[in-house]
Amino acid sequence: MKSSNDDQAPSGDLIFFAKNQLLSADDVKRAIKRMAHEIIERNQSVENVSLIALQTGGKALGEKLREVLNEISGETVPFGLLDVSFYRDDLAIKPAPTPTQTVIDHDLTNRTVVLVDDVLFTGRTIRAALNALSQWGRPKAIQLCVLVDRGHRELPIRPDFVGKNLPTSLDEAIVATTDGVWIGTKGEK
Amino acid sequence: MDTIRGGNLLTLNNLSQKGILEVLDTAESFVEVNSRKIKKVPSLNGRVVASLFFEESTRTRLSFETAAKRLSADVISLAVASSSVKKGESLRDTIATIDALGLDAVVLRHLSSGAAEQVSRYVPHVHVLNAGDGLHQHPTQGLLDAFTVRQVLAERQGARGSETGAEFFQGLRVLIVGDIRHSRVARSDIAAYAALGAEIRVAAPGTLLPADFSGWPVSVAENFEESLEWADVVGLLRLQNERGTGSFVPSLGEFTFTYGLTEERQALLRPQTIIMHPGPMNRGVEIDSAVADSAQAVIERQVSNGVPIRMAALYLTVVGATEGDSL
Repeated sequence: MKSSNDDQAPSGDLIFFAKNQLLSADDVKRAIKRMAHEIIERNQSVENVSLIALQTGGKALGEKLREVLNEISGETVPFGLLDVSFYRDDLAIKPAPTPTQTVIDHDLTNRTVVLVDDVLFTGRTIRAALNALSQWGRPKAIQLCVLVDRGHRELPIRPDFVGKNLPTSLDEAIVATTDGVWIGTKGEK
Repeated sequence: MDTIRGGNLLTLNNLSQKGILEVLDTAESFVEVNSRKIKKVPSLNGRVVASLFFEESTRTRLSFETAAKRLSADVISLAVASSSVKKGESLRDTIATIDALGLDAVVLRHLSSGAAEQVSRYVPHVHVLNAGDGLHQHPTQGLLDAFTVRQVLAERQGARGSETGAEFFQGLRVLIVGDIRHSRVARSDIAAYAALGAEIRVAAPGTLLPADFSGWPVSVAENFEESLEWADVVGLLRLQNERGTGSFVPSLGEFTFTYGLTEERQALLRPQTIIMHPGPMNRGVEIDSAVADSAQAVIERQVSNGVPIRMAALYLTVVGATEGDSL
C-alpha cells in the first residue's frame, strides 16, 4: 500500500503497516456524500465553488467529491490539482519531495475555493497550499475539506468539512483513501 | 550516483538512469510553474546563488539566473571582465572572496576542464553546478537535451514525459554530428542518452573525433548520409573556432560540404526525426538556416527547457536533502 501516512513529504523507503481498518469503503462513500451536502449547504450553491485537490493524497478523494457534487447540484464544479512541494517550509530539514503535476486552469479571483486533502495533521501542507493559491488570484474564501483530521496541529488551521475526527498518537500512521481508512505504523521495508 | 539531491552537479558521467529521471521529472513540474502568470515559487527563499561565468555565454547564464530567481534565491553575478580576475586573481581566491559573502550554491562556467570539480573541493559546504568546464562536461545541457527528446516523443503519444520514464529511450537511435573532440555538450549528451538506454552514433571528420574512444558508449558512423536515414534524433554541435577548430578542418566550406546538415541532407531524414542544436548556431556552417527554422528542428524548445531543467538542478541540489539526512 502506498504510504500517505502524514501530511509530510513521502519519505523514501518507509512503508505502512496497517493495524486496524477504521472506515470501510462504504463508510468513506457516505462521508464524502455528507461533506458534499455540507459544502452546498454552507455556500448555498456550488455556482461559485472551485474544488482544488492536493497532490497526491487528495486527488482520488477530490475527484470522487466532485462527482458527487456534480450529481447533487446538476452543475459542473471546476476542478484543479495542486502540488505544494515548492512551497513547503521544511525543505531544508526533510527530503524535498519529487514534485507532481499542478493543473489549475482558471483564475480563482472571487471564487470560493474548497481545498481537498486526505489527512489533516500538522497543518503545514495547508499553509503551503494557501501560499501557493495566491498565484491564481484572490479567492473570495478558502475552505478546507479533509477525509481524516488526526489532530496534532502546529499551526492555527482548522478544517471546515471533516469526514472523520481521529485522535491519534504521534507514532501512529494513517492511510485514508476512497477505499477506506486504516491506522497502523510506518517502518522500514 | 542515484541522485544529485543535496550534492553537486559536476558531470553526468557517474549519474545513473534513476538520478537522471529524477531531474527530468522534477523539471516537468517546473515547466508548469513557468506557464503560470506568476512564475515564482519560494523554494530557495533566502538562499544565495553565485553565477560565475569565466567564459562567454548567453543562454546558459540567462537561464541559470532566471531559474535561480524563479526559485526566489538571491543571485550574485560576477562580471568577470570587470572583476579582479583581470588583475590576476586566482580561481581559488575569487571563490574564497565570494564565499565570504555567504553562499549556498555556485554556478560555474570555466574554460578549464575540471574547474567545477576543483571549486567543489575549495568550498565543500557550497553546492556547485557545472555550467560548462572546458572540453569536459555541460551537464544541464545534456539533461535538457534528453528532457526535450522525451517531451517531444511523449507529446506525440498524448502523454506527459514523466509518465513514460525512460521508455522512449530504449533503443532510440541518436546521431551526434560535428566537433565531438572539443565538445563538452557531446560528452554530457552521450552520458545522458547512454544512461537512459539509447543507441549512440557519432559522425565527424576524423580530425574532430577524440583520439581515444575507449570507454565511450558510442559507435562511429562509417557513412554520414546512411546514418541520417538511421537516426531518430540528430544532435548537431557548433564548430568551436575559439578552441581552434579551424586547424582541424581544411575550411569551414569543406566541413559544410562533408558534414553540414544542408537541406539536401535533411531530405534523407525520416519525417519524425528530431533535429537539435545546443546553440549558438553557425548558420550555414554546421546547419543550413532553412533547416534550423524548419518544423523538424526543436532548437527553440531546447532553449526554453533550459529554465525548468536548471530550476530542477538547483532545487534538488540545494534543498533536496537526501533521504539519509532526514528524520
